[in-house]
Amino acid sequence: MGDAMMADTVLVGTRKGLIVFSRQATGWRRESEHFVGVQATYVGVDRRHNTVWACLNHGHWGVKLHRSADLGTTWDECDVPTFGWGAEITPGKAASVSYLWTLQPGGADQPQRLYLGTIPGGLFVSDDGGSSWALNEPLWHHPSRKLWFGGGMDDAGIHSVIVDPQDSRHVWVGVSAAGIFETVDDGAKWTSRNQGLRADFLPDPYAEIGHDPHFVVGCPGEPHVLWQQNHCGIFSSQDGGGQWQNVSQLEGPAKFGFAVAVDPHDAQTAWVVPAVSDEHRVAVDRALCVCRTTDGGASWTRFHEGLPQQDCYDFAFRHALDVSGDRLAFGTAGGSCYVSDDRGENWTCLGSHLAPVYSVRFV
Amino acid sequence: MPEVVFAGHLCHQFPVPASAQATGNTVRQIIADLDTRYPGLSHYLLDDQRALRQHVNVFVGNQLVLDRQELSDLVPESEKMHVMPALSGG
Repeated sequence: MGDAMMADTVLVGTRKGLIVFSRQATGWRRESEHFVGVQATYVGVDRRHNTVWACLNHGHWGVKLHRSADLGTTWDECDVPTFGWGAEITPGKAASVSYLWTLQPGGADQPQRLYLGTIPGGLFVSDDGGSSWALNEPLWHHPSRKLWFGGGMDDAGIHSVIVDPQDSRHVWVGVSAAGIFETVDDGAKWTSRNQGLRADFLPDPYAEIGHDPHFVVGCPGEPHVLWQQNHCGIFSSQDGGGQWQNVSQLEGPAKFGFAVAVDPHDAQTAWVVPAVSDEHRVAVDRALCVCRTTDGGASWTRFHEGLPQQDCYDFAFRHALDVSGDRLAFGTAGGSCYVSDDRGENWTCLGSHLAPVYSVRFV
Repeated sequence: MPEVVFAGHLCHQFPVPASAQATGNTVRQIIADLDTRYPGLSHYLLDDQRALRQHVNVFVGNQLVLDRQELSDLVPESEKMHVMPALSGG
């Protein structure tokens, strides 16, 4: 483990496996590679146990889940959750887990609790550290699910899970495409929380269901503040999703994108990696940048030092941006990975010929 | 007792030998039998609804199996059953 305030190891989940970079006295270098050739759709860490989790997609052989208790030296394959016999996404369309989109630990008082978000839109819960999984039935059977649809993928999926650090029974999930859902009773009942969002791709942009929150994050130090990089802009909520405010730039790059990160102690500071909306998905003006706000989205500052500034068609996927103290890292669809030690102002390239980067997480 | 031949692509991802003997008359029975000796193997071959994964091909002899849902194709003792990745899905 690196310094608690600024991690020295970063897990990079790519189209062609997991690559681990670490910071040495001489600089950053590739420490190891794992699952080469296999899609690492999300790789994260459960800091309660220092367990690394790798969500994989073999393409032919299905999705798999591996865990490592020694930061990647050895791996164990775990059971993957499945939809029950006869489960259907829509009438006549069988449900089978086709993508493991995110894995998040439960609260500190639930040491064995894990959440796994999948395509199709299942939220699976484990209370034994990932040895067995159960589908959260109330969300799967939510009356709105008939209105969910795929956003970029063929079927709707759950890519964001946020556990309130002050109340483990209080959880939000982000569904593309449907929106944000909140439970305050440990998953027994879910309520949509999409007021203030807009979905320009719907006949009614202000419909309650049908939004595409590309990624949603919470601020651990101020859990009532949520951020989302939405298909239709950047939104924040100061009241736990009760009301969302559009904090996109009217003029400037900070609007469309996939990834968003928030300072864990300062909920008004957040970062995004902008791209051109929405059918293009390339760097704004063909120059890669990161935008930071320190005032809750009232203003944004564009940073580009160390990032490609011409002929760049790159962008970052939703899980490919992370923050650890003053250090940030992000990876791109074009297979590059960058790190900053000054809160996103200057960047160093860790590698530029990787496969498409799906997730970047400090450990 | 039919012989089941596994593509190297699978053997690299899951601890199964290049070939194995199995009991059963149908593709489903054979996969079920193999799963008892190689626990977890069936999840590499079948989806949540127990159908053959979209990008997995099973041949009986040189014939691609026809019933990918119920896996009812018969496997004569004299034939080899081949488990291979499809060209799609990579």
